[in-house]
Amino acid sequence: MKTLKTHGVGHWKLQRISAIAMIPLVIWFTTSLMLTLMDGYEQSIEWLQSPFNATGLILLFGTLYFHAASGLQVVIEDYVHHEGLKIVSLILIKLIATVLGVLSILCVLKIFL
Amino acid sequence: MAEFALPKHSKIVKGIDYPLQRESKNPKKVNVYRWSPDDDENPRIDSYTIDLDDCGPMVLDALIKIKQEVDSSLTFRRSCREGICGSCSMNIDGTNTLACLKSIDDIKGDINIYPLPHMDVVKDLVPDLSKAYAQLTSVKPWLQSDSRPEEGKSRKQSPEQREKIDGLWECVLCFSCTTSCPSYWWNGDKYLGPAVLLQAYRWIADSRDENTEERLNDLEDTFKLYRCHTIMNCTKTCPKGLNPAKAIGEIKKLQLERK
Repeated sequence: MKTLKTHGVGHWKLQRISAIAMIPLVIWFTTSLMLTLMDGYEQSIEWLQSPFNATGLILLFGTLYFHAASGLQVVIEDYVHHEGLKIVSLILIKLIATVLGVLSILCVLKIFL
Repeated sequence: MAEFALPKHSKIVKGIDYPLQRESKNPKKVNVYRWSPDDDENPRIDSYTIDLDDCGPMVLDALIKIKQEVDSSLTFRRSCREGICGSCSMNIDGTNTLACLKSIDDIKGDINIYPLPHMDVVKDLVPDLSKAYAQLTSVKPWLQSDSRPEEGKSRKQSPEQREKIDGLWECVLCFSCTTSCPSYWWNGDKYLGPAVLLQAYRWIADSRDENTEERLNDLEDTFKLYRCHTIMNCTKTCPKGLNPAKAIGEIKKLQLERK
């Protein structure tokens, strides 16, 4: 049976690790959102200028886009059976996630620096 | 793409109604999926009304009664009538189970009977399981060992080692679980399915088997094993009360530990 490159346990493990990593990151981010970021533009800029907050947000973006891409990969592998369309979709998903991830991180850095 | 609707020739139409020919205090309607490869007809649902006061307690008893007394052309597999052979697996009242273990009293309203889902149909309630059997063969469901037991003696296991295959050896290979699994519906050509993975784990967990590493190597594959998304239909439907989802989880755990 012709299939895409098999990765089995590696992909499965990373998907779970990124899910677990997002639990504290998302709790921290939503709490911050409610406590500070709702206060307005100036307060939000100030909040992002703390190295702790900038690091947290960069980690959150990285994990988020990685996890989203790896989850969508599973959905595509499940439902898209046309081999060509599958390969194109998988490449596109990874490309979009990488671009969005880098863009988000650069935005954080721009404000931080 | 995955198919979400039935093809035209698989659409089910209303079939023949067989009313009860005599008075009964306890009538029950049995709606059965019928399809024959011998003509070009679409599948249909035939309805048979039976007298429960003159019928055994299980759904299989009802099917045998219909075949003997009403319609001898009704086709289904059955053998032991006590949940050991795994032949009479079918979809009853919306759930895959063994007709011989499913009590008629447990079903409210009409009894709706279909073949196991998402498999090719040979005739009526008989699904084509040849693909599933081939997948079973691929996991080598037998003891593999290079060592020889002491002459004239059997291979020994401690009670603790033996306990590890409890909940696994009882599987009768009826494929109720495999055919209830959406992952198997979409990727049944590559994903092994819960029944076969439970069998694979039955030999991985057996202390007498010496080929564990090779067995795990064979299963370390995105499609063969990791299409299981813990949907749990398998465990919910198993007529023997086994837990294939747990067996698959144990295989994943072992894959993780040896990395």
